[in-house]
Amino acid sequence: MQRTPIYQWHVAHKARMVEFAGWAMPTLYTSITEEHLATRAACGITDISHMGRLRFEGPGAEEFLAGVLTRRMRDLRLGQIRYSLVTNEQGGILDDVLVGYYHNEYGQPFYVVVVNASNREKIVRWIDAHLSRDRAEAPGEEIVWSDVTRLWAMFAIQGPRAVELLQPLVDVDLESMRYYKGALVRILHPAAQRQGGIISRTGYTGEDGFELSIGASIAHDVWEALLEIGKPLGVVPTGIAARDTLRLEAGMPLYGHELSEEIDPFQAGLGFACYLEGVDFPGRDALLRIREQPPGSVRVGLKLAGRRVARQGCTVLGKGESAGWVTSGTFSPTLQESIAMAYVRPEWASPGTEVSVDVRGRQEPARITTLPFYRRNAKGTRP
Amino acid sequence: MRPEDLLFTKTHEWVHVETGPAGAKIATVGISAFALEALTDLVFIDLPPVGRRVQAGRPFGEIESVKAVSDLYSPVDGEIIEVNSAVADRLDRLAQDPYGASWFVKIKITDDSNLARLLSCQQYQKECTEEAG
Repeated sequence: MQRTPIYQWHVAHKARMVEFAGWAMPTLYTSITEEHLATRAACGITDISHMGRLRFEGPGAEEFLAGVLTRRMRDLRLGQIRYSLVTNEQGGILDDVLVGYYHNEYGQPFYVVVVNASNREKIVRWIDAHLSRDRAEAPGEEIVWSDVTRLWAMFAIQGPRAVELLQPLVDVDLESMRYYKGALVRILHPAAQRQGGIISRTGYTGEDGFELSIGASIAHDVWEALLEIGKPLGVVPTGIAARDTLRLEAGMPLYGHELSEEIDPFQAGLGFACYLEGVDFPGRDALLRIREQPPGSVRVGLKLAGRRVARQGCTVLGKGESAGWVTSGTFSPTLQESIAMAYVRPEWASPGTEVSVDVRGRQEPARITTLPFYRRNAKGTRP
Repeated sequence: MRPEDLLFTKTHEWVHVETGPAGAKIATVGISAFALEALTDLVFIDLPPVGRRVQAGRPFGEIESVKAVSDLYSPVDGEIIEVNSAVADRLDRLAQDPYGASWFVKIKITDDSNLARLLSCQQYQKECTEEAG
């Protein structure tokens, strides 16, 4: 099993470790609910060094990425981040990724593509296959790319106190950094010496916050510095279990649950992430066709009347007949209600529609709701 | 109640057996401190009604946490004679007194041959160490 650069810290602090996508990850330290609520009230920091990070540079990088991602690359501005998909020829989702565009200290452009840990090897193979085909057809522009996952730690710093917590450790003004923007920063910590990092105002919790990538060798010191600075702010380390309940309340899809190769972007509600005009990437032609057809099922929210939880694979029933299936569910720590995401046929998808969910052989009444379940009180950081 | 005085199942239920009025053996059943620690973040418990027949090794209810749902297994054959409905309102505090106020059901035992298959506290702790290991 792979270990993140601060694996030893997790073990020493009595984290409950679980295997996730081939990595030993902390699922929780104290309790999922406590860590979840601390993130909403103050700030949580999560080791997400298992997230795959692929770095692309060279004059051919932009065009190559435009040929595998569903978003346009040519108008991506310096320091801008885009949510994008990687699709197969049939338009099924291979992964959902964040792509960021930066300049290194010599002014050379590069891209960082953050992929799901569970999909990293698949995407690396996909890129390799497309790169060799691309090179054979157009051997002009050079591309250098590497999987830097094991070289960099990555921390999610999420919650209303995130700016206060992180500002002492970086040399850019975080207050003025906008949502889905990022920058190369110098890390203001003795251990960092002259090492830099990459910071972005992004996250997977529905809160304001940042994601920070730094060299593996300074990860432990920076992690402890965050906890030290965070003590008076109410900052807690949070495991990947709270990360899951936070993203679920925020209505954000998770690969392997809401997203798969059998799901197309439109039924997932991710049509915004597909630019189909004047571009060419695997699945583009299929997506043009899919876009014109009525979807077989669409992604919705569900609130259950009782406290039992509808989990992945439970059948959604409309008037006793199968209407769809649940992809994720939990008991929402913020709302104190049983919530779930599901795919249902369009005739059952209107908010307010009464359905039921087969939870281990018993039908539980539920109601279709809009997503997200939780929306923070925004203060100038809207998407 | 001390854990040393209880019997346990491999599925983490604890059992206290006493002889009730008219000589019937009564099993009081809950779940162990080890199980409560492993479950965390409990949100729901489903217990059977009084009068329900239960069978050793078969589910009699379920306990749900934020993360997962687990069946509760009956340690004995018998009939539910009392249900501690108060536990539903104090799920977050079960771990404070797992062997006292946190009992779930009382079962009138109809076949006490099941009792021989239960683990002593010491045997159970050994199982837990292996499971955690």
